[in-house]
Amino acid sequence: MANVPEDLHYSKDHEWVRVDGGQAIIGITDYAQDSLGDVVYVELPKAEEEFAANEPFGSVESVKAVSEVFTPVAGVIVSTNETLADEPETVNSDPYGKGWMIRLKMSNPAEVDSLLTAAEYEDFTKAESE
Amino acid sequence: MGGRMVDFGGWDMPVQYPAGTIEEHLRTRTHAGLFDVSHMGEIDVKGPDAIAFVNRLTSNDVTKLVDGQAQYSALTTPQGTVIDDLLVYRLAADHLLLVVNASTTEKDWEWIKSHHVGESVELNNVSADYCQIALQGPDAQSILRKLTGIPLSDIKYYHFTHGSVDGVAGIVSRTGYTGEDGFEVYAPADRAEQLWNKILDAGQTGTPTGVMPCGLAARNTLRLEAGMALYGNDIDETTTLLEANLGWICKLDKGDFTGREALARQKEEGVKRKLAGFEVTERGIARDHQEVVVDGQRVGNVTSGSPAPFLKKNIGLAYVPVEYAGAGQEIQIDVRGRLVGAQIIKTPFYKRQK
Repeated sequence: MANVPEDLHYSKDHEWVRVDGGQAIIGITDYAQDSLGDVVYVELPKAEEEFAANEPFGSVESVKAVSEVFTPVAGVIVSTNETLADEPETVNSDPYGKGWMIRLKMSNPAEVDSLLTAAEYEDFTKAESE
Repeated sequence: MGGRMVDFGGWDMPVQYPAGTIEEHLRTRTHAGLFDVSHMGEIDVKGPDAIAFVNRLTSNDVTKLVDGQAQYSALTTPQGTVIDDLLVYRLAADHLLLVVNASTTEKDWEWIKSHHVGESVELNNVSADYCQIALQGPDAQSILRKLTGIPLSDIKYYHFTHGSVDGVAGIVSRTGYTGEDGFEVYAPADRAEQLWNKILDAGQTGTPTGVMPCGLAARNTLRLEAGMALYGNDIDETTTLLEANLGWICKLDKGDFTGREALARQKEEGVKRKLAGFEVTERGIARDHQEVVVDGQRVGNVTSGSPAPFLKKNIGLAYVPVEYAGAGQEIQIDVRGRLVGAQIIKTPFYKRQK
């Protein structure tokens, strides 16, 4: 069973959001990394790039395929996880911790309230796997 | 077994098992990997004209085989392009077994039947009768030896023998699609599960150095690292054997075969494009179908692109104009709108230590 931490917010595209003041830390969920398989490459944006909610900010590649990753909330990139360049497999081993992808300053922090809770995301993934 | 299943040419197959593609790939190179390749097709050719018949339809020289020997070959079109790549097994002077790809089995069968014009041969599509389990890796022999009395060390590369594995009568051939030593076991279709389980057991699966079950994704990364072509990607009915670097299975001097004239002509005139191996030299992974750019010009396409888990780099094969096909040539790959640097290198990318 995939891990779904209680204190995070989730999107239907399998990203998670951790709120830190007016900033959001974003990555992909345990369910997502498990579905992808071994992550071999992560493409991340540069600092100060701006994204609207649900816009793709980068991509994650497994051995066989490429998947875009979307930001659930709008904002400006503050920093990205540079260790993923040399250690993309961290996304698999620690998707909610060291596998974080971007930190952005939210343009509209209230957007977080329209995201899924842990319980809602868990139900969503159960329905998807049927 | 936790395999993530997908449809592959009408067959339900695992892409990977829980350990993941990279682990499966590395384990095969360092110890052993097990592949259920029962989806492959088998066509039986019996009769006094068996060798002459198959020799007329394929590019390699069947007359060079002895009993118990196999060869890599191609079924060719009149243009010298590839209908399928296959293995031709000589069971006896009047009995050949053709092992073909899963997705092309029906096409090959129709082609072969339609070209039977009076030779004394009996043709049978026996694909449904066979299962095929491939055990590959440096530990393959020591594992398989536990299940058979066949003197495996006597079987040379690309040779085979009849015998029993775990009491199941079949063919054991020293062949494979990974670039490692290994065996492919052909047996009655209903014995697949037994052989699969027994080999995993004999190979101590689940232990850190034991045999690992491997899916399609690892099968692909292993064969690409070893520089082996995949039908449908690197070779198809639009690519000639010479363009595809398969001149070595193209025996123009053996006598007439389908496409011989076209290939002889192309050999004389020289090919205009060639299938070349490359490694990506900047950040990025080249993928199938992406365009190859040289000096700002789009000159070809990637036919197979992927990470190479053992070599720890990103590699691929692409058709490029012959003037750009030499090792050292710098190229770029259009990776989803971004030009990523790469360099043509010699294949195979990986060669096992003997």
